[in-house]
Amino acid sequence: MKMFEYMGKEVFAQFGLPVPKGRMVKSPDEAAQVAAEIGGPVVIKSQVLSGKRGKAGGIKFADNPEGAKAAAEELLGMTIQGLPVEILLVEEKLLIDKELYLSITIDGAAKKPVLIASAHGGMEIEEVAEEYMIKKHIEVELGMQDFIARDVVRRMGISFNSPHSQALVKLMNTLYKIFTEKDAELVEINPLVLSGDKVIAADAKVTIDDEALYRQPDLPRVEERTATEKAAHDLGLAFVELDGDIGVMANGAGITMGTLDTLTYYGGKPANFLDAGGGTGEEGTAKALELILARKPKSIIINIFGGITRCDDVARAFASVKKKMGMPVPVVIRLVGTNQEAGRAILKEVGIEAYDFMQDAAKKAVELANQKSEVGGQRSEGRGRKAEARGQRSERF
Amino acid sequence: MAIIIDENTHVIVQGISGKQGLFHTQQMLAYGTKIVAGTSASKGGTTLEGIPVYDNVRTACANHTIDASVIFIPANGAKDAALEALEAGIKVVVVVTEHIPVHDEMAVVAYAKRVGAMVIGPNTFGIVSSGKCKMGIPPNPFFIPGSVGVVARSGTLTYEIVGNLTAQGIGQSTVVGMGGDRVVGLTFVDVLKEFEADPETKAVVLIGEIGGNAEEEASQYIREMTKPVVAYIAGKSAPAGKRMGHAGAIIERGKGTYQGKVNALTEAGVKVAELPFEVAEIIKDVLGR
Repeated sequence: MKMFEYMGKEVFAQFGLPVPKGRMVKSPDEAAQVAAEIGGPVVIKSQVLSGKRGKAGGIKFADNPEGAKAAAEELLGMTIQGLPVEILLVEEKLLIDKELYLSITIDGAAKKPVLIASAHGGMEIEEVAEEYMIKKHIEVELGMQDFIARDVVRRMGISFNSPHSQALVKLMNTLYKIFTEKDAELVEINPLVLSGDKVIAADAKVTIDDEALYRQPDLPRVEERTATEKAAHDLGLAFVELDGDIGVMANGAGITMGTLDTLTYYGGKPANFLDAGGGTGEEGTAKALELILARKPKSIIINIFGGITRCDDVARAFASVKKKMGMPVPVVIRLVGTNQEAGRAILKEVGIEAYDFMQDAAKKAVELANQKSEVGGQRSEGRGRKAEARGQRSERF
Repeated sequence: MAIIIDENTHVIVQGISGKQGLFHTQQMLAYGTKIVAGTSASKGGTTLEGIPVYDNVRTACANHTIDASVIFIPANGAKDAALEALEAGIKVVVVVTEHIPVHDEMAVVAYAKRVGAMVIGPNTFGIVSSGKCKMGIPPNPFFIPGSVGVVARSGTLTYEIVGNLTAQGIGQSTVVGMGGDRVVGLTFVDVLKEFEADPETKAVVLIGEIGGNAEEEASQYIREMTKPVVAYIAGKSAPAGKRMGHAGAIIERGKGTYQGKVNALTEAGVKVAELPFEVAEIIKDVLGR
């Protein structure tokens, strides 16, 4: 779960990590009020879950409350990379002596956290040359220690005797504490500003591990997914909309990708990616089919190789959904694995003969999709062809 | 021979009394796995499927010789269960559970490394030494003994490809699921080294997918291998995925694409199948059958 900058800074502040004075607002009047409270030049920052906000004109400066109000009016009407700006963060404008970069994230290959720092902050970190980046893996059992932080500070070219050295060591310790205690996948400060003798987090990018949200009741929730994607996720389904005409449902991310690859290879165009995961019940299957049908596919392929998923559960759910909702397009089912025989018997009762092999099922699904598109293309023969298509359908069910 | 587990491996099932734990205990017993004990917080002191159930792993270890554990504990207790098994001295721990917080996974993997144990998973179908021992959830009939080693990140795609091998009469020495999560105990290289050293394994199938750089790292080691490797990488037609923030993108730096993986593997001498079912055909060629 990605957090808005202002939320990240609220978390930073709770842990005593220095952030600029300011707060979140939702209207131009509030922006003026916060600017008046700060009593000096301010920065007004659009709160969207997208990088490149500065380049898109999502950050403005003002010298007084009237200026802040005008800037807020402009920003609140904007969209940045398709995202409407609905929230702003109004903060004191910092006097910047130097901008650093600091983040902690998870290196999956090394299987441990990695701290990344650079004396060249403020710009897109992808644009910073490799030689200016310092990467330091953190041993999970050791955690962050002063000696590690001191070494990183030294390698950033900041002298032990500088007024910032101790503050940076303390800040790295705090940032690691936030990273672990809040189950973060990423905590990023860019830029980390040296201002006078102070060190201040001028930005905050915090991503929380979705799997750990259950034990982070105090964190605010941010919904980035569309309503459809959220409905799917709540039922344990991973759903992505694509632009083809063959509906796809499979169990497991790998086999779902494999199904898309196979359909594409045979000249088909998948309409969606839907990983029904392990053990999806009747409600989940019904929802999955509903999501697929909403894409108006010309055919549907259900590809199940049951391990933890039991074929009879899938078959029962499908049969029940089909009886309740009907099925406006032909469905090809490949069903093998745990409790395969029981599952196939249930499908037979609703007139479906399951396939043994994915490639055969995929070929059939492509054939059905292409066949139906010909119907639309040749109007004079429309009726006859449609009747044929219906025949095809009743044969399959 | 096989790798990691075989017919002499004595297994404990942690979480044996849960719905998944009990069902898959029955399936594993049917496959021939030597399950000697189980744990359950609520059913200690009883027997299930003829298997003695204990309150905790230490007590089970005091009463039985135990070589490996398979964990069917829900995500919020999985870290505790894995650490319990590792602390009790078990050297192979299979974590089937999915949705475990990544910080918990890092803690388990780090402790396993310190005590010199192997963690398979989390979020894995498990491991099968065909005809000898199954730990995890794959469907029994598709795994027959033979000389092909299989290592994968994805579960159902492995069943798909192993199912195709078996349909062609090609058996497997051992099939290993590394797990689908970002932090897991094993790497492709760990498993490839085991296959390279196993006299029974004549060829290896590597099943990868887009994202990360595990396949690129594997290709470096494959250059040194004497045994042929055949690969399938899922996701050729998938749209570009979401990035894990800026810092994650730095680590990957241009790696993780389908073509990048295929190029790295091909340069290392791997035959890459375009579709899952082609793997069995290529393996037949490679084994000269």
